[in-house]
Formats: sequence, structure tokens, C-alpha cells
Amino acid sequence: MKKSHIWSWFWMVIGVLYFVLPLVATFAFSLQAAGKNQLGFQAYSNVFNDPQFLQTFLFSVEMGVCTILVSLALVVPTAYWIRIRLPQLRVIIEFISMMPFVIPAIVLVFGLIRVFSGSPFHLTDSNFGTYVLLVAGYSVLAMPYMFRAVDNGLSAIDVRSLTEAAQSLGAGWFTILFKIIFPNLRVSLLSGSFLTLATVMGEFTIASFLVGIQAFGPYMSLIGQNKTYESSSLAIISFLLTWAMMGLIQLLSRGDTRSLTNAR
Amino acid sequence: MPYLSLTNIYKVFGTATAVENFNIQVEKGEFISFLGPSGCGKTTTLRMVAGFETPSQGQILVNGADITNKPPNQRNVGMVFQSYALFPNMNVADNIGFGLRVAKKPKEEISKRVEEMLNLIHMPAFAKRYPYQMSGGQQQRVALARALAIQPQVLLLDEPLSALDAKIRLELRTEIRAIQQKMGITTIYVTHDQEEALSLSDRVVVMSNGHIEQIGTPFEIYNFPQTPFVASFVGTLSVLEVVVSDAQKAEFTLDGQKFYGAKPLTYANQTLVKIALRPEIISLKTDNPDYNQVNAVVDTVTFLGSIVRIQVKLGSSRLFFDTFNNPHLVPPKQGDQVNLHFPREACLVLGTKN
Repeated sequence: MKKSHIWSWFWMVIGVLYFVLPLVATFAFSLQAAGKNQLGFQAYSNVFNDPQFLQTFLFSVEMGVCTILVSLALVVPTAYWIRIRLPQLRVIIEFISMMPFVIPAIVLVFGLIRVFSGSPFHLTDSNFGTYVLLVAGYSVLAMPYMFRAVDNGLSAIDVRSLTEAAQSLGAGWFTILFKIIFPNLRVSLLSGSFLTLATVMGEFTIASFLVGIQAFGPYMSLIGQNKTYESSSLAIISFLLTWAMMGLIQLLSRGDTRSLTNAR
Repeated sequence: MPYLSLTNIYKVFGTATAVENFNIQVEKGEFISFLGPSGCGKTTTLRMVAGFETPSQGQILVNGADITNKPPNQRNVGMVFQSYALFPNMNVADNIGFGLRVAKKPKEEISKRVEEMLNLIHMPAFAKRYPYQMSGGQQQRVALARALAIQPQVLLLDEPLSALDAKIRLELRTEIRAIQQKMGITTIYVTHDQEEALSLSDRVVVMSNGHIEQIGTPFEIYNFPQTPFVASFVGTLSVLEVVVSDAQKAEFTLDGQKFYGAKPLTYANQTLVKIALRPEIISLKTDNPDYNQVNAVVDTVTFLGSIVRIQVKLGSSRLFFDTFNNPHLVPPKQGDQVNLHFPREACLVLGTKN
């Protein structure tokens, strides 16, 4: 019993080291921008002082928000409808939602450009059209995360009975979706949305082919190629951003429970 | 004119017929139960009244209006589900007021109605609670209040007490009936629990395999079952295999002893038939000379609290009967010879053997 206890600690420490060491090393390296024996946040201030950092960051956030809205509008009604009306299609939709893991992003972006840049769409002729294409591409990439999050959320509530109860009380589909389904999926929608945002923020392939250095992903890659210390600091910054998003999900879902508990 | 009528209703799923030739006329304020085993079509029929299923054939009228193809949100039919189906994101007051908000009623009217409903279910202090903060029984009361708040034309209850424990079930059952009578609302109640159906309803519809076996008052259903299925499904029975010794006189023979049914039989003499006897109708004594009398040997005596159940042997057959318990009761012992008495109409003929 005691022996197994030691072994579990051993494997846990190994696991933690495996994840934490590279991070610590990257962080330590990012602090050495001012000179080998001088530690400081020079690389970080360089990154934050670069106007392109903020521009690309905000651009990707905007695209991320658009992707979230498009994904929510597509995935929530689809997953909901499958659950209450077409459960036999669930396997097929699940398979489709996994496709972005199988099809490389490069294939997807070439396909998108080939189909939508020419006649009759000409989407790449204008900035707006290109952004539409970018959001469409991101929405495909985000589908596995969004679908899974929404589907898990739907399985946690008795969707069919809630829908029928609302219908018998006179509610139409719009009311059911916005007053019953969306509020009860809040935590799932948040986690799906943050995962989507994290995907968009770090995405390189689609962004570099469609908008190039305008997006945060290609910008990070460029910095990585040209500026040694700044690339490490960017890696730490993006890591912290992702963690902050995860923390936000936790905080919001905890807040949900707390507000309910206060009503007791 | 009936308030609710279901005429010639059929529901077919693929090749399976879930409901066939279902006909019933319900008066305003009547409490009707659909009783039957799982898969008999009772819930499907209820869902057709609610609008969640569309009949393959037939017509549903409420107050003279054809609602057969109306969507569920335009029917003004209240529904209570087995799983309560309270909206988890809303507190009790918001749940109860949901239908009224959907109907865009003024705020004052909504809050007044919510208060009335909370008083009706004896939960005035629960307005701000969330569903997860309440017991199953409390949740189901709120679900009932929510369904009633919209003043529906018909109230539908789909096995509302199945998920609750025995004591709460009994309590809530009485309350549902009291509220229904107070509001005078036409109600359909689906259950597989015969005690619920018999104790609550004005009339019971016994169903099996998608069709109606019998419609009648609880008294009629229990005492005068018209089909072998109703006889065996409702109440407890001892089934005996007997020989028809004189069909005209409704005379049966079992283990050399003769006894009689109430009506002449349609079976040929010497046919082996199954008959059933309810345990509470058999007694050890009677003053009525018209009662059947048979001799039997006591096999087991089981104390069940308010009643004592005695199983006896009649040749190779076994049957049981109940006597009420009292502190001075001296029940017979195993091996005792007893004389059983039962009226002629107690013999329910179930049909030939197999």
C-alpha cells in the first residue's frame, strides 16, 4: 500500500516535470534579452511596444469572436435538433465534426481558396470577403471543440422533456432556444467558445494563406523566426492567455453555482 | 356534447401499430386514467392529445375545435412529466410564470397568478428556490402549478408520481385529485399503477397492445372486468383451472367439488376453463345460502399487517384469500380443513385453457 503510494508520487512528479520544465526553461530564456547574466523583462516590453503585436492580437480576437458567433449559430441548433428529432444522425454528425482532425488545415485552406476565390464568389477580391473566408475556415477547425462541448451540455439536461414542457406552455422554437436551451448550456457554450478562441489565436496555416501577418498566429511565427528572446516571451504570453481563459471558464461556472446557492 | 373526444385514433410507427381504433368521449371536469402495462400505447395516446405526436388516422376535438394537427404550443393543454421537466435556470416563480410570460400577460397579472398557484400547492415560501434545491415531490408540485397557471383546457399527467417514493406518492396523489376537483379541470392521467388509477379517476381506460380493453368507473373495472386481460391486470387474482360440468347452470367442478358462476356459459360441457377469484371476496363464514361453498386445506398463513393472507389447497390447485387483521383474530393453522364461501358473481371466467 505504502509502496504504491510512493510510486504514484514518483509518476506524478515525473509528469509535472515533463510539462513544467520546458515552460520554466522558456520563461528563463525569455528573461535574458538584456544580456546573458542579466535577468529582466526586456523581451516582454519589446513585444508590448511593437504596435503590430496589439494590431494582430486584436485582429485575431475579432476574428475569434466572429468564429464563435458563427459556430454557436451553426452548432447549437444542429446538435439540439439532432438530439430531439434526428438521433439516428448523431453518429454521422459526430464523424463530420471530427473531420478537421483528419484533414490537414493546409488542404482545407487550399480548397477554400480554390472554390471561393474564383467565379462566382470572388471572396478573396475584397478584405471583407477574405475575412468571411477566414472565419468560415476557423469555424470548420473549431467544430470538434464546439460540437463536443454543446453535445455534452445537451446530454446533461433532459432536452426533450424541457422542450416539450416549454411547448405545452405555449413557447415557440425561438423562445425555447433562447430562454431554455442557451441559458442551461451556459457553461458548455463558454467552454466551447474559449476553446474556439484559443484555436483561432494560435492558428497559423489558414491565417497565413488568407491574411498573412495581419493575424496573431503568423505574427508569432515571424517573431519566432527573427527575434529569439521575444519569441519565447510571446510563447509565455500566449500560454498565460490560454490559462486566463481556462480560469475564466472556471470562474464563470463557479459564479453560476454561487448565485444559485445564494437564492437558497 | 363531450368536452374532449378522441375518435378512431391510430398511431403507426414504421410497421408497428402503437395505438389502434382508440375512441373516447370525455366530459368537462372529468378525471380519466389510461391504465396499462409498458408499451400498451397509453403514453403515445396522451402525447397525441398534447400534440407531441400526430395521429396516423383519427380526430381529436377539444370543446368542439379540431386540434388534431395543431402544433403543441397552440393547444393550451397543460402537461406534467414524469421527470418534472422544470427549467433548471429559473426559480419556482419564474417556472410557474413562464407560460404567462410567453402569452405576454401583464406583470401584475403574472405575479398574482404565481402567488395563487404557490398557495394552491401549499408552497408560498418557495418562490425564489431553484429546482435543484427541492425534493422530487416539491418539484412535481411546482410542475403541476406551472401546467395549471396557463389555465389549460385539458391537463395531461404522464406518470407524474413514478419517480417518487411511496409515502410522497400517496400524499401527492390525494393532492392532485383535490386540486383537479377544485379547479374542475378536465384531466387525463397516464399510469401503470392500478391503485393510482382506481383511487383517482372518475373513469379508467384499461389498455393493452395499443387498444382499449375496457372503459369504466373504477368500481366497474375492478368488479366487472369484461376481458381476461382486465381481470388479470387489475387487482390480485387466484386463477383456477376448472371443468365446465353444466354450462347452462354455470356449474364448475374442481377436485370433485361443484360451485357456480353467475351467468350461463358459452362453453361446451367438460371444457377445461380458467376462472379467477379475488382474494378479498372469499370468506370463512357467511349467512348467505346462495354463496358457493368449497372445502380446502390450509397451506400457508402470511401476516401482512392490516390483512392476513391465507393460501389453501383445493386438490392440486392453490388459491389465496385475505381476512382483515384484528387483535382477537384466530387464523387457521397449516393443515386445517376450512370451508370457503364466495358469491356466484365472484367467479370471473378468463377463458379456455391456453
